[in-house]
Amino acid sequence: MKCRVCRGKAVIEVRRHNAAFCRDHFVEHVQRQVARTIHDFRMFSPTERLVLGVSGGKDSLALWDVLTDLGYRVDGVYLDLGIDGYSPDSLTYSRRFAEKRGLDLEVVDLKHRYGFSIPEAAKASRRTPCSACGLSKRYILNQVAEEGGYDVLVMGHNLDDEAATLFGNVLQWNVGYLARQRPVLPASDDGLCRKVKPLVRVAERETAAYAVLRGIEYEVEECPMAAGNTINRYKEWLNRLEDRSPGLKAQFLFGFWERGQQGFTDAESVELTTCTTCGAPTTGEVCAFCRLQAVTLVEVGRRREAAGG
Amino acid sequence: MKVILRQPRREIQVDGVTTVAQLLKKLDLVAESVLVIRGDELLTTDARLSDDDVVELRPVISGGATV
Ligand code: SF4
Ligand SMILES: [Zn+2]
Ligand SMILES: [Zn+2]
Repeated sequence: MKCRVCRGKAVIEVRRHNAAFCRDHFVEHVQRQVARTIHDFRMFSPTERLVLGVSGGKDSLALWDVLTDLGYRVDGVYLDLGIDGYSPDSLTYSRRFAEKRGLDLEVVDLKHRYGFSIPEAAKASRRTPCSACGLSKRYILNQVAEEGGYDVLVMGHNLDDEAATLFGNVLQWNVGYLARQRPVLPASDDGLCRKVKPLVRVAERETAAYAVLRGIEYEVEECPMAAGNTINRYKEWLNRLEDRSPGLKAQFLFGFWERGQQGFTDAESVELTTCTTCGAPTTGEVCAFCRLQAVTLVEVGRRREAAGG
Repeated sequence: MKVILRQPRREIQVDGVTTVAQLLKKLDLVAESVLVIRGDELLTTDARLSDDDVVELRPVISGGATV
């Protein structure tokens, strides 16, 4: 296979674009896709203060690399979720990346700051680990962004993350989520920071390839709590469809945003109020994070007592 | 050839395939879900393989919850 640009030896094929690229031209291709996404969705401008949610995986580190290369100054925040056999390594990869490039990385330790870890929260709340984790990450990253005076919270979600989430929401007809899933979530007066996803045009395989080709070391092993995760299963199914019809994932996702979403948005208007415990915006009385924290702390306390404390 | 799989890391022996496409097919994998890495190079599906190669098949799917 030959590079579409220079006819040199290709290292990666991007079938949905009917193209293959050598290393340098692939890097350029990805960066261009990201720049275009930032521009088209009016995500942010170079003068705004940006903070990126960093996990130590390929997506967040590749995105940090791309944005830095495009000339943006981006700080990172890493959440230590307290997951044994996973959190320590992914923190190491994140730290190493930041140090090498002279970037700022803030580390927030869940157990230290909120009194519980993700495994504890999953157990106490009987949510799946990824559900407890997702809601905690959403809440905490927003809080960190607000406290730090950032204008924009940047997330590393790629095309496959978004397509699989959409697929799941369609299978379940989660009309509320269908109304709200977007590449840019605007800021709100009641304390939600603008949230953007500049990788939505880049497939998961491409962010992984980008990381490898740029010499970025990242956490390849999967989080031990992800086993049996439905989103990952949807990704595999979508990839099998993509293999037969290149472009299908992008068509599904962008077609939804261009033509499908409006109907859901029109039907859905949620009234947000403020959480009576922490003041964050919520649809109920107490926000989901405060409820999760409360049940977990009770359970953690109970177990400590039972252990003779 | 020696094939390194991840999540978790382990090794298997696969012989009698001469291209990346054949290797993926033999293991029932789709190219969209893995990177094929030999040394420090990424391989496209038409790349030729020989029995004394060491090839890593690195899954690209990761993550769980959407934040
Ligand atoms: S796989 Fe699930 S539990 Fe693990 S870090 Fe991701 S969202 Fe959290
Ligand atoms: Zn080239
Ligand atoms: Zn709250």
